[in-house]
Amino acid sequence: MKIDIVINGGQRNIDIEPDEMLLDTLRKIGLVSVKRGCDTGSCGVCTVLFDGYPIPSCSCYAAKAQGHNITTIEGAQKEALEIAQFLVDEGVDQCGYCSPGFALTILGMTRELKDPTEEDIKHYLVGNLCRCSGYVGHLRAIKKFLEMKR
Amino acid sequence: MIINRYEKPNSVQEAYEMLNSTPKSVVIGGGAYIRLGKRHVDLAIDMCNTGLNFIHENKKTIEIGATTTFRQLEKSEILKNYYGGVIPITVKDVMGVQMRNIVSIGGTIHGRYGFSDLITILLALDCSVVLHKSGEMYLENFLKEKANHKDILEKIIIQKDNRIGSFMSMKNTANDFSIINVAVCRKNKSYNIAVGSRPGIAILATKAMNYMESSNMNEYDAAKAGEIAANELIFAGDLRASKEYRKELCSVLVKRALMEVMK
Repeated sequence: MKIDIVINGGQRNIDIEPDEMLLDTLRKIGLVSVKRGCDTGSCGVCTVLFDGYPIPSCSCYAAKAQGHNITTIEGAQKEALEIAQFLVDEGVDQCGYCSPGFALTILGMTRELKDPTEEDIKHYLVGNLCRCSGYVGHLRAIKKFLEMKR
Repeated sequence: MIINRYEKPNSVQEAYEMLNSTPKSVVIGGGAYIRLGKRHVDLAIDMCNTGLNFIHENKKTIEIGATTTFRQLEKSEILKNYYGGVIPITVKDVMGVQMRNIVSIGGTIHGRYGFSDLITILLALDCSVVLHKSGEMYLENFLKEKANHKDILEKIIIQKDNRIGSFMSMKNTANDFSIINVAVCRKNKSYNIAVGSRPGIAILATKAMNYMESSNMNEYDAAKAGEIAANELIFAGDLRASKEYRKELCSVLVKRALMEVMK
């Protein structure tokens, strides 16, 4: 079956299988920043923005994306680089596998919450796991990023 | 789950006809959990274009459409104003924000998932479900019946009143399923106590509820009701917790939830 999706601002017509997950669709067209992790929607490495809201692409049928806007890191490079720099500066970007998911969730949070508190940040990022570092560095980096955005 | 064909009907009636004219067909809610099954279906019916994404406040009721996501429940200003805000409180800790953006109430309720936190609180709130063909029925009856798998859940209805709710759960990690969950709702001197993730589906602890009807609404009675609930319900062990641990937790969480709604 064919679907029309706006991916990173560009209209795409893509051939998909009826049971194909959005993660597989995005990776097969070369958007490999979207990672496969737990494959059950628990770890956050496959996060993409669906009409601006973070979703786990491993748990969303590609057919659901028909007519919607999908954003991956490739389509949010300027903001992602800003976030990544803060993560690097705080020493939390080690293997980097979780970074695209983290960056997109942070981006989703900044668009959804006006002035997030520390508790808001922790709560919003529960669905993003990192197995290299703890989360204290992430929290420091995000707070500094938000401070810069103000 | 292997799917041969994926359709997005434009109305509930169209979806119903598709569901009943194709033998191996299934309705997709958010799709997050159902996809993990081993089924092979000819037709998957996605309800996203059927206009069931809403939270309406009426004069006497609140209606929530089947494709409404957990994240929408969590953020709803309407729901924050009723039952002590217990529905948003319940769903805000269900996995991560990403999953809550796709998980729908229709998929959760129609799936009758034992691990569901939402079903437990809705059961305690005396919620009704509205099915396209079978009409309105209490959630409690819907959960008991194994039929209706070829009917479509349109919405749920909750009475607007002065009920206060409390939800408690225990998890191994923040975004895991609950080992056990407990919801209590109080309306004047009447209490509903629901226990889910036993790991079976949520059920009302009727003996504990009856005990509370004539209680003095103090800590002793709350603890006693917790013991009664733990003894009347059936628990089992699985990879998350043993039967005995769940039973102990049930007693404690029922007491704590009762204490909260007694305040």
